[in-house]
Amino acid sequence: MTESEFLVEVRDLKVHFPIRRGVIFDRTVGHVKAVDGVDLSIPRGKTYGLVGESGCGKSTLGRALLQLNPPTGGEVRFDGVELTTLPAGKLRSMRRRMQMIFQDPMSSLDPRQNVESILTEGLQAHGIGGDRDERRRIIGETLDAVGLPRWALSRYPHEFSGGQRQRIGIARALVLGPELIVADEPVSALDVSIQAQVVNLLDELQDSLGLTYLVIAHDLAVVRHISDIVGVMYLGALVEEAPSDRLYTEPIHPYTRALMSAVPVPDPDVEDRRERILLAGDLPSPANPPTGCRFHTRCPWAQPTRCADERPALRQIGGSRVACHFAERIASGELRPHKVGVQLTRPLGEGEEPHTVSAPTEPGSYV
Amino acid sequence: MALLDVEDLSVTFARRGQRTVHAVDGVSFSVDAGEVVGLVGESGCGKSVTSLAIMGLLPKQPGLRVGGKAVFDGTDLLQLDDRSRRDIRGRDVAMIFQDPLSSLNPVIPIGLQVTEVLTRHRGMKGAAAEKEAAELLDRVGIPDPKRRLKEYPHQLSGGMRQRALIAMAVACQPRLLIADEPTTALDVTIQAQILELLKELVRDSGTALVMITHDLGVVAGMCDTVNVLYGGRVVETARRRPLFREPRHPYTVGLLASVPRLDAGRGERLNPIPGSVRDLLPWADGCAFAPRCARRVDECVGEPPALVLAHDGRSYRCVNPAPLPGTLPPPAAAGAAPAAEAPAGTAKAAEATAGPVPAPREEEKP
Repeated sequence: MTESEFLVEVRDLKVHFPIRRGVIFDRTVGHVKAVDGVDLSIPRGKTYGLVGESGCGKSTLGRALLQLNPPTGGEVRFDGVELTTLPAGKLRSMRRRMQMIFQDPMSSLDPRQNVESILTEGLQAHGIGGDRDERRRIIGETLDAVGLPRWALSRYPHEFSGGQRQRIGIARALVLGPELIVADEPVSALDVSIQAQVVNLLDELQDSLGLTYLVIAHDLAVVRHISDIVGVMYLGALVEEAPSDRLYTEPIHPYTRALMSAVPVPDPDVEDRRERILLAGDLPSPANPPTGCRFHTRCPWAQPTRCADERPALRQIGGSRVACHFAERIASGELRPHKVGVQLTRPLGEGEEPHTVSAPTEPGSYV
Repeated sequence: MALLDVEDLSVTFARRGQRTVHAVDGVSFSVDAGEVVGLVGESGCGKSVTSLAIMGLLPKQPGLRVGGKAVFDGTDLLQLDDRSRRDIRGRDVAMIFQDPLSSLNPVIPIGLQVTEVLTRHRGMKGAAAEKEAAELLDRVGIPDPKRRLKEYPHQLSGGMRQRALIAMAVACQPRLLIADEPTTALDVTIQAQILELLKELVRDSGTALVMITHDLGVVAGMCDTVNVLYGGRVVETARRRPLFREPRHPYTVGLLASVPRLDAGRGERLNPIPGSVRDLLPWADGCAFAPRCARRVDECVGEPPALVLAHDGRSYRCVNPAPLPGTLPPPAAAGAAPAAEAPAGTAKAAEATAGPVPAPREEEKP
């Protein structure tokens, strides 16, 4: 078990947040099931990309993996060690080996700490580098690795541009010499030309240091660029997982297909030819998810049987894992998409009617 | 005669003790009825300030100077007094903003906010206005519009709020619609819905649309004519297909090469543009893109490059444009080439004028 092929193994991970109401009694009226039963494995030295729309639980999953949010249930194994039951002290020393890069480099860096102090803090906490000079050397090497000049050490975060701030965030994660880096939307706050610089940097660091990444992003094109395996999440669960190339050439799950077809491609010829699957409506509330397959309320391929009452499990189809009852028949073209009307699902206790309300069809929905 | 003619628009912000900022500097473009014109660029390139200046929405503060012309249907929008500008705004020219939550009033129901436009410009009142508002919401695809009218912005989802904002913008069937990053705050599937809706509006009512965005994919799918902005100037104007097929300005070339594409494979390295937008020369001394440009020559830092007009209505502002594909190496490779061939003197000049702020340039390591 010590030298398994996978660095991280997640089994049936659940993170539920209670919804509390009331002043005196503070009763729990329900749960937001942010992550609800996710299985995934990340091979050593590879990149696992996690995509999905906002609110699908991808960031919560990343945080739960590092035990930043305590999971409600399930297992997280890191290099064979079960993290969920690890005592706090041991967990802290494990944290050295798994680090995180955050989305917004401005708000995740302390504005009153200079770069040297930002980078030294982690070293001190973990007791790496005996004296000041030793630490300076480690920090210097890290700065070189992320492409920041040495004089950056005495500066403060506001003196840097967005791309450089993100480099500081990456340096802070790297300085401890981690094996796993969870990058939560590492480039979405950056401009296109800077985005490419950071994406390339992450790629280079993986090549030279053999890092394992979990990249969480909503931008499918970015994820495709850096990932070996991509998992697509919808309402707290994986709906499809496949090697990157396969997922993009042969998406199987209806949600993946819709997601792919919605991403604009900077090429007019492609844009004009493409068939678009427009999904109706919005993501249902995770506090009150639809029964059965969670996507069936918006799915253009939804069938009257099974979809609404039986939750599909991830099944192996070809090289992918797909959670859809009718995946094969959709892939073969046997089932045809149909028009879906917008359905309103409201969170429990909000609005007048908590049940679904049928509504007029949306202009521009799939025909 | 185009519907909107923006000529030599410039916006400067001056502050005592600080350098004057030329946010927009000589921007010209025109929009015909039924046409979709894109303004593309990264943050800080002046695309939003352009739209705010046209709408007369820039905060009136000392030090703000707006120059040039924005002629809409014979009237110069920049010369109008507040009263007549309010008559045009919302009726003939309307705007859709980026963040629907902060541009809707959180303490007023959606219905009131929509009927406000109808009351002001179409003189509708009471039940008639409410009925019309419900129809508008229905038209932009908001389910159950009657009930939505009574709800507050926080009760609507992001996509729904953007739809409400669009409903308000199209309430008076404006002839010109300015959309400032209408989908940036939204998820891709919702973005696709909103873009489809905007396309439909343009197709059905012949509204002219100015689409401001940083997303080249959106531009490729929507716009007829594209203006690429950098450092407050239009650096390249072209029809959609020629722009993507044969970009001429090195910035456009670099931008296209640095976008991760869905139809590219894993492991293909992106070709980023070195440096960041903050590497500026003061404009008077030359091309704003020169410090980051791989095709920089001596003339670039001397004086502002003039607009070069090429055939079929395209133009670019560059003294050493990327060659057309077929004649020389492909543009993508040219854009990615290291800046080694740039003369040392030029580099030094660029360094010296990089400004007092410690904005160290991020040079990609070879």
